Amino acid sequence: MNILQFMWADRSEILQLSAEHVFLVFVSITIAVAIGIPVGILMTRRPRLGKPILTFANIVQTIPSLALFGFLIPIPYIGGIGTRTAVVALLLYSLLPIIRNTFTGISGVDPAVREAARGMGMTDVQILWQVELPLSLGVIFAGVRVATVIAVGVATIAAAIGAGGLGMFIFRGTSMLDYRLILAGAIPAAFIALAADFGMSSLEKYFMLEKKS
Amino acid sequence: MQFMLPSQVRLEFKNVEYAVTSGRKLLNGISFEVHQGEMLVLLGRSGSGKTTLLKLVNRLLEPTSGEILVSGKNTQSWDPIQLRRQIGYVIQEVGLFPHFNVERNVGLVPSLEAWPPEKIAVRVRELLNLVGLAPETYARRYPHELSGGQRQRVGVARALAADPPVLLLDEPFGALDPITRSEIQKEFRELHRRLGKTMIFVTHDIREALGLGTRIGLMQEGRLVALVTPEEFLNLDQPEARAFAGCLQ
Repeated sequence: MNILQFMWADRSEILQLSAEHVFLVFVSITIAVAIGIPVGILMTRRPRLGKPILTFANIVQTIPSLALFGFLIPIPYIGGIGTRTAVVALLLYSLLPIIRNTFTGISGVDPAVREAARGMGMTDVQILWQVELPLSLGVIFAGVRVATVIAVGVATIAAAIGAGGLGMFIFRGTSMLDYRLILAGAIPAAFIALAADFGMSSLEKYFMLEKKS
Repeated sequence: MQFMLPSQVRLEFKNVEYAVTSGRKLLNGISFEVHQGEMLVLLGRSGSGKTTLLKLVNRLLEPTSGEILVSGKNTQSWDPIQLRRQIGYVIQEVGLFPHFNVERNVGLVPSLEAWPPEKIAVRVRELLNLVGLAPETYARRYPHELSGGQRQRVGVARALAADPPVLLLDEPFGALDPITRSEIQKEFRELHRRLGKTMIFVTHDIREALGLGTRIGLMQEGRLVALVTPEEFLNLDQPEARAFAGCLQ
């Protein structure tokens, strides 16, 4: 039985686990964007906060993913076995690229443009929404894309703590030494990563075009 | 014409000092008046404090001591946002918003002031015509699709948009080639004569200062060392003034 036939035979389970996988990534990235972009903006306003926040995010990024899942299990409220813990772990991993790119993008706006905006009598909020965010959108989007692709990969490990996802196949395959099972998890995961990357870049192009029209 | 009423003081500096946090004084003992409709050119070398002085007017910087009065009112008692919308500000071409087309750049302050869109559109057309850019051709273009001279015209149009009584110009024509520069200076002089706005114009170019200014304020190391008409400037005995006059040969 070749791998395609094997996957076809298991199609309903693959779809089910893919949906779980996408759900994990979608929820954690959405929360990461909701936290990361405001934090990145805050860092440009309070430069003294910037270093500790980036250091924290960097440290989180260096924790091996399997270990991070393990660390979270005993923590009350956010820990335990299941989806919630997996979402928290993915969220922590996704924060760094989003925060860093938001900070870098906004800091990279030409100071002359910002000064002109102030000189025109724009308020801080107007400068943020009408000048800084539109001009750094490309960089911020790149951060979200990177975070999404990483999260799709890391989410395979969520199966280890009972959160489901395509990691189920991979773990099963490694314990049974069955490469077909591993591929049945890895191939759809790769497709999800590619599709997410493509989807994000389309979204980015859409926003960029809208801005110009 | 408002221009003919020299008695009306539009802008006044009273013994103004500006120091950076290290305590170094960038401006020291600055006192002068600018009358309604005047074009005061601040001339000086790089680092003489002319740009700093300009930024004190619209509160991009705050004075360390002394008072600055705009239309008779201390800038410290103005709301900074309101103050800035009363004062047009033109800087070198980089100040245009790269993600806004010409129309949105020019209409920026009116839209911040929540003018109705039709009124903004009319005003933008009027201003583009005023600075010599055909609205049909240029309104939809982005700054990167314009030449340096055209960008500068857009900058002037943007500063004039909400019809502010005062305009601040920080080396607006500094990045232009000499021919475009001299054309745009000529047009700008004409524009100033027609509009009767009060303007402070910063430059390090003595020719520009003589050609545009109704008066020239000479800045040196944070002080205003002379404030005279262009005719008087050439006869000054002050060493810095002579150094600038020497550039004319």
